[in-house]
Amino acid sequence: MSDIPSDLRYAASHEWARLEADGSVTVGISDHAQEALGDVVYVELPDVGRQLDAGQEAGVVESVKAASDIYAPVSGEVVAINEALADSPERVNSDPYGSWFFRLQPSDPAQLDKLLDAAGYQAACDAQA
Amino acid sequence: MGQRTPLYDQHLALGAKMVDFGGWDMPLHYGSQVEEHHQVRRDCGVFDVSHMTVVDVAGDGAKAYLQRLLANDVARLKSAGRALYTAMLNESGGVIDDLIVYLTDWGYRLVVNASTRDKDLAWMQAQTPGFAVEVSERAELAMLAIQGPQARARTAELVSQSCAALIQELKPFQGLAEGDWFIGRTGYTGEDGLEIILPAKQAPDFLSELVGAGIPPIGLGARDTLRLEAGLNLYGQDMSEDVSPLAANMGWTIAWEPVERDFIGRAALEQQRMRDDLPKLVGLVLEERGVLRAHQVVRVTGLGDGEITSGSFSPTLGKSIALARVPAGTGERAEVEIRGKWYPVRVVQPTFVRHGKVLV
Repeated sequence: MSDIPSDLRYAASHEWARLEADGSVTVGISDHAQEALGDVVYVELPDVGRQLDAGQEAGVVESVKAASDIYAPVSGEVVAINEALADSPERVNSDPYGSWFFRLQPSDPAQLDKLLDAAGYQAACDAQA
Repeated sequence: MGQRTPLYDQHLALGAKMVDFGGWDMPLHYGSQVEEHHQVRRDCGVFDVSHMTVVDVAGDGAKAYLQRLLANDVARLKSAGRALYTAMLNESGGVIDDLIVYLTDWGYRLVVNASTRDKDLAWMQAQTPGFAVEVSERAELAMLAIQGPQARARTAELVSQSCAALIQELKPFQGLAEGDWFIGRTGYTGEDGLEIILPAKQAPDFLSELVGAGIPPIGLGARDTLRLEAGLNLYGQDMSEDVSPLAANMGWTIAWEPVERDFIGRAALEQQRMRDDLPKLVGLVLEERGVLRAHQVVRVTGLGDGEITSGSFSPTLGKSIALARVPAGTGERAEVEIRGKWYPVRVVQPTFVRHGKVLV
């Protein structure tokens, strides 16, 4: 059973999103996603300053098994990336909710409300199982 | 639902993530594929390879039959226990399968791939006319591979005295029967180790003993990265019926002498052997971050394109490696296209790791 914290929002494509106090949105991949991927060995992150639309490809996470795209859960500008993942991508497996990928300054914060809550995401995962 | 080995329930109990492999439900990993990989390189682990197909060949004509069927020459096996690796070719020289053949007291034992079982058995039967030979699949047998530098010592502590004695005596690439077990000092990891073929009914207890003694189970995921580091081909990826063994780094397995031995595919191979433009299978090392994958395009300046046949992350090297089929004459450098960008790669002999040591 995977861990789905109730204080986060989720995209059906398995990213989590957290609204920070400064209005930015931190993005990572869910416990369910890291479990399905297996050992993560490489993460490709977007450039800081890049404008992303909700649902747009934002990067790639490569496990021993396969490469998977990561999508922006909301529209906005990339204001920070987690460079620590370059040297220790395995943290995505051991701590998926502490290992954020990038932070966005959302252009339309209301988009966050359209994402799934924990119960909705749990249901989406169950439906895919 | 796929086919299940006699160890299916144990895999689930051990927490395996199961995947389909050639129609079989097999363990991909039991937690971390990378940890399992390191475990085999450093110590040892046990693989369920019961999905592989064991075929016994007996009869007065067995030797002549296999000399016709296989590109390597079973006449090289001088005494029971000796084994060789070989391709089984079609008339046009394509690889139907790769396999190990052991000389036994009763004839020969072949171990062929799971994914090619049906076509292999049909092909082998189709070649029997004219030979006094009996080809029989041994579906009632299971197979466990215990691999790693400690594999033989650790396994010997858990088996009968006679099996333990045999494990001590076996030389690399030998395999012999002991009672209803057959023990080979062979494997698919580039490490020392054993492959034990035993009655399916005994397999669950033996696996429990191995795991209970601290020899952890290893899934197909680590099996793939271990064999890739060892530069060992995987059927269906690095070779196939459409590829000559000469373009799959298997030239060394073809016994050209004696010239009068007319093995299937020989005429086609003799023609290919004269050419100087056959592509070759090489190893690639990506020095930058990223992961090489099968079917990515390899570009060699001035010579043309090639293709990655197997690629992954190498846990031992901490970087990505691959096997690739590239133009004849490819030197030490090439480039690989990953998601639209070109990355420089080093071209190397396709043995990256052997007995725990990095060779590239």
